[in-house]
Amino acid sequence: MTPPTPSAAAPLEVTDETVDKSPTPATPKGSESRSPGRLAWKRFKRDRTGVISACIVIFFFVIALAAPLIAKLYGKDPYTTYASQRPELLDAFSYPAGPNGGMSSEFWFGIEPQLGRDVFTFLLYGIRTSLGLALAATVVTAILGVVIGTTAGYLGGKTDYFVGRVIDILLSFPSTLFFIAFMPVIYGLFVAPDENIPTSLRAISLIIVLSGFGWASLARLLRGQVLGLREREFVEAAKVTGASPWRIVFKELLPNLWTPIIIQTTLMLPMFVTAEAGLAFLGVGMIDPTPDWGVMIQRGAQFYTEDLTFMLFPGLSMVIFVLAFNLLGDSVRDALDPKTKR
Amino acid sequence: MFRFLVRRVFGALVILLIISAITFWLFYAVPRDPAMMSCGKNCTPENLEQIRKNLGIDESIVMQYWHWLSGIFAGRDYAGYGYCDAPCLGYSFANSQPVYGTIMDRLPLTLSLAFGAAVFFLIIGIGAGMLAASKQGKFLDKFASSVSLLGSSLQIYFVGYIAMFFLVGELGILSQPSYTPLTDDPVAWVSGLLLPWLVLSIIFTANYTRMTRSQMVEQLSEDYVRTARAKGLSKRNVFFRFAWRGAMGPIVTIFGVDLGVLIGGAIITETTFSLQGIGRLAIESVFKSDLPMLLGVTVLAAGAIVIFNIIVDAVYALIDPRIRLA
Repeated sequence: MTPPTPSAAAPLEVTDETVDKSPTPATPKGSESRSPGRLAWKRFKRDRTGVISACIVIFFFVIALAAPLIAKLYGKDPYTTYASQRPELLDAFSYPAGPNGGMSSEFWFGIEPQLGRDVFTFLLYGIRTSLGLALAATVVTAILGVVIGTTAGYLGGKTDYFVGRVIDILLSFPSTLFFIAFMPVIYGLFVAPDENIPTSLRAISLIIVLSGFGWASLARLLRGQVLGLREREFVEAAKVTGASPWRIVFKELLPNLWTPIIIQTTLMLPMFVTAEAGLAFLGVGMIDPTPDWGVMIQRGAQFYTEDLTFMLFPGLSMVIFVLAFNLLGDSVRDALDPKTKR
Repeated sequence: MFRFLVRRVFGALVILLIISAITFWLFYAVPRDPAMMSCGKNCTPENLEQIRKNLGIDESIVMQYWHWLSGIFAGRDYAGYGYCDAPCLGYSFANSQPVYGTIMDRLPLTLSLAFGAAVFFLIIGIGAGMLAASKQGKFLDKFASSVSLLGSSLQIYFVGYIAMFFLVGELGILSQPSYTPLTDDPVAWVSGLLLPWLVLSIIFTANYTRMTRSQMVEQLSEDYVRTARAKGLSKRNVFFRFAWRGAMGPIVTIFGVDLGVLIGGAIITETTFSLQGIGRLAIESVFKSDLPMLLGVTVLAAGAIVIFNIIVDAVYALIDPRIRLA
């Protein structure tokens, strides 16, 4: 028992010394082990545009989360029609009486024409609804895409062929057309015709439709990546040690796929935000009185010639959010994958 | 080439078949009886039966689909409307108009919108992208890149109204979007559609600028460009005769996709500018549960997408002879 210990310890001491000596000159450059994630984070921090746009995106998510709190401090809510209590807020044609859409110290972003709701809280809650829906759709889409794409790529054969054809078909669907065509179908599955559709059902249907058509491109991308990884030695090794396919897909392959998954997800979210708002604008997604970015734009479109201010708030805030998110996406891609050129 | 086309067209037909079948089948998941809707208040069971027969919806769903399909190629007899000629897509549940005729009425507007906008965004997008690539890192490059990034974050349903407010309402430079057939009055055709074209191209241009720039930058760093320059060819010559060709492939790809999407119905654009094209037709038929109309539009839209995919692949091979189509 004892003899091996010193012999094993002796070379250990030697290596310790050499290791100690060699890194000393290199320490300033950073010899501590750095994971790819760490490296990416470091690259990202140096990217000023990326950091600023990340702050803007976080700001949007914070106000979306804190909407009820902000509304409480501000003392108004998005549902009350303030003009019905105080008719002097609107003029004879039901447009805000004050200048700039009725902006004042009391109603920061003005008053909605006709119904006289408070624009500031309506926008806050609208951002909350839209971002919540887009986020949920993104998560569902990412999960679907990852599971389907990696399994198809790993299993190959008939499964892969079948999934490939489904993806082909989904990608040749005219997507906006199918979004609007399938919303009533999904409502019809749950609610009898001519009955009121509850808001929660509208939300769930939106998430189903958006992610039902959204997963295909991610799955196709990941499938291609997995096809390449499948033949690598570490997968072979895992197979030899008797790992189950489930384990190989999720413990061996998935960690190698985080970069494309994150990049695709950052592209997806702003796309879902605009798609959701577009559906609400067309009248098939969320509808009035649910506060929503798209609902606001649709309301604004009804009287944009008379009161443009009401349209500017949802429109501009959405442009800022989408722009910031696109910039953030670019920076994330640069940080994770510095080789690719834009 | 010929074998490739035959195979791709066959594949496209299969996809269209599946898409129409799915639409057909899914629509039946909606428990809404179109016969009930057109029957009105004093509805007797006999009336209802007669209407079902007239509309051709008294059979099982599989038989209905079969009749719809054979109607496209061979025409079809309707109890309510008489014989419907060969490309027969049925009659609208909502207003009893033939679907094929309605679509053909609306199509010129959508085509004008798509191709007109395409001319604008291709010229502006590729031009700006090339300019940016030739002045890499300079002010123009940065300017073009930022503008295109901003453009890609804009939405038609916002920019469209803002543009209408200022350009039509306040300044009165452009006229309210409208459609006059090109053959009737070319000037009115252009002036009516100019605003939608411009707004569409603001949004679509971004993609082309970015893609052209990155492709050109990549091509300019290739060996063959260096060889051509070393041989003494002028910068301009290399730029426009060699690098350009290599850069166009991916641009043709996204152009094919965009054109398919635009022809399949620029639903939001048409809604924003209140134009009565295919997109409006689609959304109206959804609201009215008008299955034959929706099916017709869907098949047209999906058809546009798959056809342009095939054209893209063929053009790709013409531009870049290295690609084999087999």
